[in-house]
Amino acid sequence: MAKIKYIEFNGTEHEADVANGLSVMEGAIQNDIPGIDADCGGGMSCATCHVYISDDEWFRKLPEKEMGEDDMLDQAFEPKSNSRLSCQLIVSDDLDGLTVHMPEKQV
Amino acid sequence: MIKTDVVIIGAGPTGLFCAHQLGIIGLKCEIVDNLDKIGGQCIELYPDKPIYDIPAVPKCTGEELTNNLIEQIKPFNFNFHLSDRVQELKNENNKWLVKTLNGKEFETPNIVIAGGVGSFEPRKFPTKSAEKYDGKSVLYSIKDKTIFKDKSVVIFGGGDSALDWAIELSNSSKVTLVHRRDEFRGAPASVQKIKELSDNNTIDLITKYSIKDVKGNGSLESVEIKSESGESKVIKADYVLGFFGLIMQLGPIAEWGLNLDKKTIPVNTENFETNKKGIFAIGDICTYPGKLKLILSGFHEGALAARGCFKYARPDEKYRFEFTTASSTIKDRLGVKE
Repeated sequence: MAKIKYIEFNGTEHEADVANGLSVMEGAIQNDIPGIDADCGGGMSCATCHVYISDDEWFRKLPEKEMGEDDMLDQAFEPKSNSRLSCQLIVSDDLDGLTVHMPEKQV
Repeated sequence: MIKTDVVIIGAGPTGLFCAHQLGIIGLKCEIVDNLDKIGGQCIELYPDKPIYDIPAVPKCTGEELTNNLIEQIKPFNFNFHLSDRVQELKNENNKWLVKTLNGKEFETPNIVIAGGVGSFEPRKFPTKSAEKYDGKSVLYSIKDKTIFKDKSVVIFGGGDSALDWAIELSNSSKVTLVHRRDEFRGAPASVQKIKELSDNNTIDLITKYSIKDVKGNGSLESVEIKSESGESKVIKADYVLGFFGLIMQLGPIAEWGLNLDKKTIPVNTENFETNKKGIFAIGDICTYPGKLKLILSGFHEGALAARGCFKYARPDEKYRFEFTTASSTIKDRLGVKE
């Protein structure tokens, strides 16, 4: 279990306890947190669960991107070097306290 | 005006199998899809990725699944209307009048929406100023490459479309290729070619930059790009091209007075009808308690929706349930000779 903080583009904060094994994307969807669309349902084929990891230390601590994630991020709305696809961030106790920022929009 | 029993919106696996079920029970249908090919997400998003959960098919790719479904409905000779989109629905005397973007018209008692998560549209630039030039000098696809001759063209993107067009247009245009990072996702041979063209100054290659603004006075004059650390550059541009893949948009479906739950359409699970009589929704686009976004669920939903369509298409007939193994009527429809 990890407590994940989701911050919308307008600053609205949401916190959710997300079970281990779920993705950060699923944590948002299951808790009705707006700002993550996840059109493809977690297949890494749509780039609509894009988030920023604003904290450098957290960004480095996350498991590295697998092949294809950066390719998908090319298609995201305003990708930056601290962009991730939240469907690829699998929750474990290690992610307790992670904060993700949502982009202005997903498409 | 084409008169038919059912118009199916979406030629993905769910729409295709629903067409099969309609054919089996003796109904006609017309299938409309926004893409230029049959197969929906299976063909657009993962043609080469294996699928492992189609019943009785241990493993197949999106392309194989699509080809088999096409084969399965061949006996019925249904019409496909590709690269077109259903735009308007109007109800007249219990019939739906359907109009497409390309001006086709259908009259039908039934519409089956098998639209996945909507239609695929090119992903556009986030900059507001680009909208003004959309379709004129800011483009997301190329229909006529001759318009770029001797012009300054700035291309954004790192995939095959961006690379291929940069290579192609570099023969007769002044090309600048801009990409947000140093790595490209296009084919290695194209990436190699781009590097060569950049080394011998045939094209300008700018990485780690993205679009900031487009500028012009009536007609497009330049595009401003920015790096993540805030540096910016202005490049002269007659045309700006963006290749960021496709996104799925609900599009006109949202305008038809259907109940919507986020981007999905609530249905009953008896026949997958929506809140509008004669409009059914199946596959990823429909929702109900326990909904699973699996292809196999879409098949089931399509089979039941087809029976729902029968009631409105043949109001004076009673639907008779038959097995394909036993029914000679069905075998006739399939053109099976014994």
